[in-house]
Amino acid sequence: MRTAVITGIGVVAPGGLGTKAFWELLTDGRTATRPISLFDASAFRSRIAAECDFDGTRNGLTEREVSRLDRAAQFALVCADEAMADSGLEFDEVDPYRVGVAIGSAVGATTGLEDEYLVVSSQARDWVVDPAKAVPQLYEYLVPSSFAAEVAWRCGAEGPVTTISTGCTSGLDAIGHAVGMIEAGEADIMVAGATDAPISPITVACFDAIKATSPDNDDAEHASRPFDRTRKGFVLGEGAAVFVVEELESARRRGAHVYCAISGFATRANAYHMTGLKPDGREMAEAIDVALRRAGRQAERIGYVNAHGSGTKQNDRHETAAFKRSLGAHAYRVPVSSIKSMVGHSLGAIGSLEVAACALALEHQVVPPTANLHHADPECDLDYVPHIARDVELDTVLTVGSGFGGFQTAMVLTRDAA
Amino acid sequence: MTAPVVTGIGVVAPNGVGTEKFWSNVLSGQTGLGPVTGFEADGYPVRQVGEVPDEFGEEIPNRLGVQTDRWTQLAMTATVEALRDAGIDPAGPLPFDEYDIAVITASSSGGNEFGQREISQLWSEGPERVTVYQSIAWFYAATTGQLSIRHKMRGPCGVVVGEQAGGLDALAQSRRMLRTGTKAVVTGGTEAPLSPYALVCQGASGLFTDGDYLPFDTGASGYVPGEGGAILMLEDGTRDTSTVYGTMAGYAATFDPRPGSGRPIGLLRAAIGALKDADIDASEVDVVFADGCGIPSRDAEEAKVLTELFGPRGVPVTVPKTMTGRLAAGGAPLDVACALLAMRDGVIPPTVGVRNPLPDLDLVTEARPVPVRTALVLARGFGGFNSALVLRN
Repeated sequence: MRTAVITGIGVVAPGGLGTKAFWELLTDGRTATRPISLFDASAFRSRIAAECDFDGTRNGLTEREVSRLDRAAQFALVCADEAMADSGLEFDEVDPYRVGVAIGSAVGATTGLEDEYLVVSSQARDWVVDPAKAVPQLYEYLVPSSFAAEVAWRCGAEGPVTTISTGCTSGLDAIGHAVGMIEAGEADIMVAGATDAPISPITVACFDAIKATSPDNDDAEHASRPFDRTRKGFVLGEGAAVFVVEELESARRRGAHVYCAISGFATRANAYHMTGLKPDGREMAEAIDVALRRAGRQAERIGYVNAHGSGTKQNDRHETAAFKRSLGAHAYRVPVSSIKSMVGHSLGAIGSLEVAACALALEHQVVPPTANLHHADPECDLDYVPHIARDVELDTVLTVGSGFGGFQTAMVLTRDAA
Repeated sequence: MTAPVVTGIGVVAPNGVGTEKFWSNVLSGQTGLGPVTGFEADGYPVRQVGEVPDEFGEEIPNRLGVQTDRWTQLAMTATVEALRDAGIDPAGPLPFDEYDIAVITASSSGGNEFGQREISQLWSEGPERVTVYQSIAWFYAATTGQLSIRHKMRGPCGVVVGEQAGGLDALAQSRRMLRTGTKAVVTGGTEAPLSPYALVCQGASGLFTDGDYLPFDTGASGYVPGEGGAILMLEDGTRDTSTVYGTMAGYAATFDPRPGSGRPIGLLRAAIGALKDADIDASEVDVVFADGCGIPSRDAEEAKVLTELFGPRGVPVTVPKTMTGRLAAGGAPLDVACALLAMRDGVIPPTVGVRNPLPDLDLVTEARPVPVRTALVLARGFGGFNSALVLRN
């Protein structure tokens, strides 16, 4: 059985670019949520978000790339550069046919699509939009496989390349896809992760319409409050994380630093509702059970659970139930936290950012906290690690995702296979 | 596990809604291409498109109709047909454990018309006028999610994006799930990219023709876009079924090198990889369903690959998408449906309209009765995606 391991990490996150800044933010328990500055949000119900202070040209992109690429594609390339450098792998020297790419994104280039729509439609006056005003990159914006293509060009991959778009589980699913490719021998090296830049009027309006996002506009810093009974919904975020995922033996042969193995992955659907969740957490529990079985681990080995923890009432209760259902009494003992309390919910990207947090937790033997948790929801009665990061002995980590469409994903990361 | 089998087919195509209607039109060379009827497209860089006739969707309840884009509705219609074809009642109960059946579709551009309408609402009327359904209709996973919910399929669902190649990648991902314990996958893909903004986005590539779509013709000048696609029921072969159209015997995917690298494109490698995966020799292939982009440089690349692999005029080659246009994520699944029906009926469907084919290709321009046991389907997505699939019966 071939094992997939993480040997390189790249992060673009709110509160600081790069893996180091990301980990410092998380372990300090600081929050990066703030009033929206990317556009004038005064007409919206939720006017807060976790934004990245991002300048492509200061992070290795050319002027031309910055003008041509959607913000989410730029995030992905900057992350890929960091991950490749971090891995120590000389990409020019590996067989390009054995290198693949899997990039997740929930909403693709919506920001670019919306901006350009206003141009071709004369500020939304014309339904029959004007082709003469179309910029050439519109096709790349329309079809988010362009994200995977850009990353493939960056790393020289000529093996299997794809974009995975399963909504808010895209980030976990893209990495799970990469693991499947390595385990099955379809590739030896996968550059995998996810990116989203959804802080745009249309996406903010989407979540306004269903009241999923927090309207705590006067206290942006403390607005993302997973598992707290005063929570009012999630806070939109943006960002990306990309990894170099390698087959274990070849990583060992080249003496690579291995962060962790990705030992188990499973996804299930609730077949219940596009946005609603049943309170019993049944399908997420099933995904956790299968992921643990594939990892060959007992629930009791899990030393940290990275929760989906979006900060909507139905999510927090759904996954708390799922943890109890799948982990039994251990659910009450294991530390559980939500980094969305600090970096918001970046839709498809967040699953990959959470994998980065898990890999770093295993690396440093530290569990990041849940910020803003002062008054636990009585129905959420697990140890959510409020406010302060915790030193722990850790060899197995579980991370989960839950998204529109009813998709539930679980991934198990382990240190000792590494 | 034995190779996965296709047990059901559902088709929504410009030249026919429903598998048998589509197939009889394909064999008689009937095109589904025509002018844009949804809006005044004067000044658009395309003269004809492949619109699906309004014969689909009668089984979709109004409640779902308002929540979904046309692309999802096309897939819902095709899924009902594919399930029935596989001997499964779409209303349930399913002949599988709920976790043993999944939905994995390809999507290239999501809920185009729905999204354009809501962005228009937002910017002309204000945020409070954006419908509550925008968040579940526009994103690329909407179709998989709706199908999973409608038919109570709780297995490992997925959505892949690879432009035209994505449809084959969805089948490949389905095969991976079958190899890890899932018993059946509703797979394939549809696309509905003919609303004004989606057409303008595609046209921005400059690759549309304002004439005819003539792949491998010396007069090729670009492609014509279309909507629709096919949904297939892919199973692990352990269920007793009345019909098995064929097996998914091999697959491979590659990516082209960086532009300007001077390295060879990946299409030949994908085709060879799929044959190797199927453990067959090129001489065993009875027909190639080519990507047939209709752009001279890309056609020449593909023709060269086919000649290198099979020799000059060494294998019948066909592009039935000349009757539908290129359907993005829906295109390759529809080619797979054609290949399976070609096996069933012993006839290769034609490439229509082409008068002056490239001399090295045996391009099938009229339906050709011939036994078909093995078919190779090729699909290329803009950006550099190459996927190849081998089907056998």
